[in-house]
Amino acid sequence: MLQRNFGDRAINKRAIFGTLSVAFVIYTAQVYTSGTDSRHSPSISDEARYGQQVFQDKNCIACHQFYGLGGYMGPDLTNVISNYSEAYARAFIMNGTVRMPNFDLSLEETDALIAYLSFVDHTGTYPPEDYDVLWNGAVAQADDPE
Amino acid sequence: MIADNPGVGGLRFMRLGMLILACGMLFGVIGGFQFLFPEFLQELLFTKTRPLHVSMVVSWIFLIAIGGIYYYLPRQCNLNLYSSRAVSWHFWGFLITGLAIMACYLTGKFGGREYFEFPPVLSIPIFLTWLLFGVNYFNTVRQDKEPWPVYYWMWGTGIVFFFITYTEAHLWLIPYFRDNMVREIMVQWKSYGALTGSWNMLVYGTALYIATRISGNDYYARSKLAFSLYFLGLFNLMFGWAHHTYLVPSDTWIRTFAYFVSMTELLIFGKIIWDWRSSLEDWQINRHCNAYRFLFAADIWVFINLALALIISVPAFNLFTHGTHITVAHAMGSTIGINTMILLASIFYVIREELPSEVHAGCSKQLRIGFWTANISLGVFFAALVLAGVGKGMYDGASFQEMMLGIRPFLFAFTISGVALMIGLWIVLWHGYRLIGVIIARSTSAAEATMPLADSDHLQSVPE
Repeated sequence: MLQRNFGDRAINKRAIFGTLSVAFVIYTAQVYTSGTDSRHSPSISDEARYGQQVFQDKNCIACHQFYGLGGYMGPDLTNVISNYSEAYARAFIMNGTVRMPNFDLSLEETDALIAYLSFVDHTGTYPPEDYDVLWNGAVAQADDPE
Repeated sequence: MIADNPGVGGLRFMRLGMLILACGMLFGVIGGFQFLFPEFLQELLFTKTRPLHVSMVVSWIFLIAIGGIYYYLPRQCNLNLYSSRAVSWHFWGFLITGLAIMACYLTGKFGGREYFEFPPVLSIPIFLTWLLFGVNYFNTVRQDKEPWPVYYWMWGTGIVFFFITYTEAHLWLIPYFRDNMVREIMVQWKSYGALTGSWNMLVYGTALYIATRISGNDYYARSKLAFSLYFLGLFNLMFGWAHHTYLVPSDTWIRTFAYFVSMTELLIFGKIIWDWRSSLEDWQINRHCNAYRFLFAADIWVFINLALALIISVPAFNLFTHGTHITVAHAMGSTIGINTMILLASIFYVIREELPSEVHAGCSKQLRIGFWTANISLGVFFAALVLAGVGKGMYDGASFQEMMLGIRPFLFAFTISGVALMIGLWIVLWHGYRLIGVIIARSTSAAEATMPLADSDHLQSVPE
């Protein structure tokens, strides 16, 4: 009887674990595909892709954020190009500030970084400007995919 | 008490973990001062101190959790490790890869994404050593023919999900993900959320194991309630990550579902409140036990951090708190208040089990000072971050410098309390490091002492 009880319990655990695992696979597939088909998905140029690599090689995310995710030493850069301008961003990159060192980037690297920031700028708005707070506390943004 | 070497490999992981935490906190404090005085230690830019700090404190969590598993299974659970040699390989693999990563950070060689800023090629040995750990773990616990207690499930789940989430964290290397900014960010944070869940499984499994051993009653670890909470944790690990990305323009159902999943943690919250009185009674009984003291502190920090996590998981509140220091308070409050306290409990539980009380009785006053210094300063640290976050949340985007100036007093309190927190934990770690060293030395000498005996037995058995 004792054996049987233990056996039954083991089957239940496996069933729950299995059900959760299957749900996780389906959910993950959705997140990888339609769930993240952004309303604004500009194609990335080779120059912007190079800029993305420069951004990573200098570990800019240690201080800056995209969509509020990243470090806190410097400002969020999601819409730095449209909120200010390319020239504004370029001046900071080339000269640095009290908080940000001058990384001595080449002209090619600086152009690439600007191209990458322009690419990010076209993917959405942060912080969101056009949104609705629903009755249950959930939030729907104008930038969400349809 | 110590007759053989099983479990010593695990103790070496623990010692390395304590050393790494001590160094990691130092880099954290340097980073704190760089926040206040940007020209402080310019040779070691914030772009270096931040990943050094984060990588080291995360390594501490993994090293102590792994060390505990390598120690508890052969020493207390009556299971022979499938391969003791694999434990050594794991240790050296971890150490060498870790040193390579530190060297990359110090020399400014990055290339990866946030939290894994090192060149991605270094992820290969991390995968391989984790594979060794997984194979060793599952082949070891397989020997136990009884239904597994919940902590075996939790440790196993943590190991499996580390593989899944660490793989997911590298999907940005594939253009399909990298070239779509929203998809890349979402998948990145999906992996981070679940990766945290995977180490929480290792750490909470350890907490349950120690609590079971201290109480001397294995019933709870096999109860339906324990398994219900485990599956609730697993559910949150799998689906509860998206509160980090509420403001990234993804499909609405992802955040609505994550919101629902996060709110299931209210059940855990309610359980803590329900158990409060009996927790206090247990505290009265066990307050002289160092391991229990750390477990009790973790209990209080679970309550505080869960309350904050629940608040910031409501999207309407998240609009205000996202991207502010409140998120940092949530992250650091959990890793220090919950994970670190549980892992310190694990270390001092091992010390209590292995060393006669007179060996560590002399340091009890210093341990108490370290414990209270760490916990009180963590309270100030946590509050300062929340207040700095409120200040940033009120920032209207006009001038970033002005906002930073406005929250400077809170950042100052954060940094000073960070120094006190480091000193408090250093005191605790020093005794932990020293006493675990005593256990290793005794264990090794005891094993060596038995070797000539074995040899002489062998000689006696040789026919003349």
